Amino acid sequence: MDFLNSIILLTNFIIVPGITYGSQLALGAIGVTLIYGVLRFANFAYGDLMAFGTMIVILVTWILQSKGITFGLLPTALLALPVGILLTIAVSLFFDKTVFEYYRNKKSDPVTFIVVSLGIMFVLNAVVRIIIGPNDINFMDGHKFIMKAREFKQMTGLNEGLALKSTQVITLITTIITCSILFYFLNKTKTGKSMRAYSNNEDLALLSGIDPKKIVLLTWIIVSILATVAGTLYGLDKSFKPFTYFNNLLPIFAATIVGGIGNPLGAFYGGFLIAFSEIGLTYAYKKFFKYIMPEGLEPSTLIQFISTDYKFAISFAILIVVLIFRPNGIFKGKVI
Amino acid sequence: MIKNSDFKICFSVMTVLTILVGLFQSWGIALSMLNLCLISAVMAMGVNIQWGFAGLINFGVMGFLAIGGLATVLISVPPVPEAWSAGGIGILVSGLFLLAVVLSVLIINKRFPNHKYKNYFIFVIIILSIPLLKFIAGPSISKIESINAATSGFLGGANLPIIFSWFVGAILCALVAFVVGKVCLGLRSDYLAISTLLVSGIIITIVKHEEWLSRGVKNVIGLKRPVPYEVDLQNSEWFIKIVEFLNSSKLSKVLDFDERTSLLNQLVISSSGVFVKLCFSLIFLAVVLIILYFFEKALNSPWGRMMRAIRDNEEAAKAMGKNVVKQHLFIFMLGSAIIGFAGAMLVTYDGLFTPSSYQPLRYTFLIWVMVLLGGTGNNYGAILGGFVVWFIWIQSAPFALLVINIFTNHLDETNYIREHLVNSVPYFRYLMMGLGLLLVMRYRPKGLLPEKIIKN
Repeated sequence: MDFLNSIILLTNFIIVPGITYGSQLALGAIGVTLIYGVLRFANFAYGDLMAFGTMIVILVTWILQSKGITFGLLPTALLALPVGILLTIAVSLFFDKTVFEYYRNKKSDPVTFIVVSLGIMFVLNAVVRIIIGPNDINFMDGHKFIMKAREFKQMTGLNEGLALKSTQVITLITTIITCSILFYFLNKTKTGKSMRAYSNNEDLALLSGIDPKKIVLLTWIIVSILATVAGTLYGLDKSFKPFTYFNNLLPIFAATIVGGIGNPLGAFYGGFLIAFSEIGLTYAYKKFFKYIMPEGLEPSTLIQFISTDYKFAISFAILIVVLIFRPNGIFKGKVI
Repeated sequence: MIKNSDFKICFSVMTVLTILVGLFQSWGIALSMLNLCLISAVMAMGVNIQWGFAGLINFGVMGFLAIGGLATVLISVPPVPEAWSAGGIGILVSGLFLLAVVLSVLIINKRFPNHKYKNYFIFVIIILSIPLLKFIAGPSISKIESINAATSGFLGGANLPIIFSWFVGAILCALVAFVVGKVCLGLRSDYLAISTLLVSGIIITIVKHEEWLSRGVKNVIGLKRPVPYEVDLQNSEWFIKIVEFLNSSKLSKVLDFDERTSLLNQLVISSSGVFVKLCFSLIFLAVVLIILYFFEKALNSPWGRMMRAIRDNEEAAKAMGKNVVKQHLFIFMLGSAIIGFAGAMLVTYDGLFTPSSYQPLRYTFLIWVMVLLGGTGNNYGAILGGFVVWFIWIQSAPFALLVINIFTNHLDETNYIREHLVNSVPYFRYLMMGLGLLLVMRYRPKGLLPEKIIKN
């Protein structure tokens, strides 16, 4: 019984939140890595692109709600998602046409790209704050819990409860669907293969008759879809605040580099690695050891590696460790 | 130096902007804008020496500014004896422990430079030291933080004049930059950008949450000043005389004695604020000029030529026998020290240290916009960038309000869109920054005052 209790405890406080947060980071990191692989720069405007997509989703959700349309048990935001994706694609393509294309044609160095992406970051930051304001917005509706902690306790008779929010399940399912389609596309279809070829060796891809314009267009479309989906899932699970989205860019970068920059599968694993270490290292294991240790040997301290204040710092520290040991990332980077 | 046209452009822009603001808004606003412009100019010069001279991309500006700010607290605040007696020993012991860890890592690094498992061993030492450190320092930290939690709850500082802290901030930053540089400088440009950004995130987290050191989110207020206080000025004979003399024509028009005294009082109060800001301006201007002088000397010296050679072609410089790694580390430390100096200046000017206010957008990327807009590789460009960008940053809200009012004039006062736009006026500054940066990068990629290439 105690063993079961300890397992449930860990599931409730580490595994379920870890999978949810990991999925959100993974989706974001795949987007960053795709931009890096195909367009060859680190996009600092990505966090704000996520915020922009989520903002559109929220606005459409409000319109739908005011018309009385809801999605039953599921959040209305899922209905609004396609509109958000379309507008985010439009914004990405607009910035690509007006800004990035010029530097791509000039073959500018990566630093110039970073700097102009900073400019876009400022602009998107302003646009989001002007339209929707800087405050916290909760746009989750529909059924909140699939299973409440108390119900679980009554059902199983255990001491520990397992709460399952519907947003957590939605996040997981959406991530599985999105990633399966994406990896199928990249690995099995001809267009996906040409995208990988372009990322691997630009000149050779050009010689083989791959149209670079098409590849770039496709990349921005995929990236915008990923950004909007990841942003909306994060917003549903926690809440929407433009500043948080900007801050989330940092763990996303960490996940990208840890997984090997330019490698989508690596970014996927990197997202989960970062999420689990953030949550696992800041969790106080006192209760867990209380269950599994024999009586009399219970720990008196919290058994916490580092306090929760340092949650973000952990992902940064992991990144620095990875950069020292394996600068190319845990999974070999630079190839999609 | 005076013959230089960049110098003229730079400082005439500064004078004109200050005078314009002074005439149209008020002299108090003009001087506080000038002061922040001067501080920004120092920050921009610090970034410029890293990026413009050496091509190192440092997105960790925010972290170094925070360290500089922390230095003001550690130097100028009076110590808290109760806290020291309660937990001072614990903190010192954990400090020694930290030193021991660092030394052991260094020794391992030196003794076994080529050992297969060296890195893993160091990694294990660092990982193990974190819970141990927590175990050693934990009780004393909670003791310190529980003493007068509302007013102090930290160790305090050394109670020295605050001007020392500027130098201490610079030295602290140089030390931190040494560690960061050792770890990160070997990385390629974009990796370096990301990793310095993340390192600055770690620094901010530490400053924010180690309350025994910095009071963290509880802030430190009422820091010392290198200039007189307004209240003291208002009570001092000579200051009132000066104000009376300067405003004698205005005062002589008022015949009634009581009215005249009250007018004089008002004038004294308003001009004491201006006087304090003017003192700050003079100190900051001196700092800017001194740093500018030395940086210009450095840029035109053999060392400056070498740095530019390294920046333009690292391989060639290496082949000529220049130690690129060492020079990069040195210039990274130098630039970070200047940024830390500016961070201490900023906190001194504000009179308070608020760790939670350090955000990358305002304290890293805005400084970068200053450098890129002003002109990379040109010290005058950095100063000009500091001025122009800070001017736009401050004045964009009133300007946006003006534009909004013009365009929504036909709408009702209570119109939803109009109200919403007026409420979001502060965010138009981000829009202006972004557009400004994009336009400059497109049409003047070298900045407003481009680098002067000296040909022999």
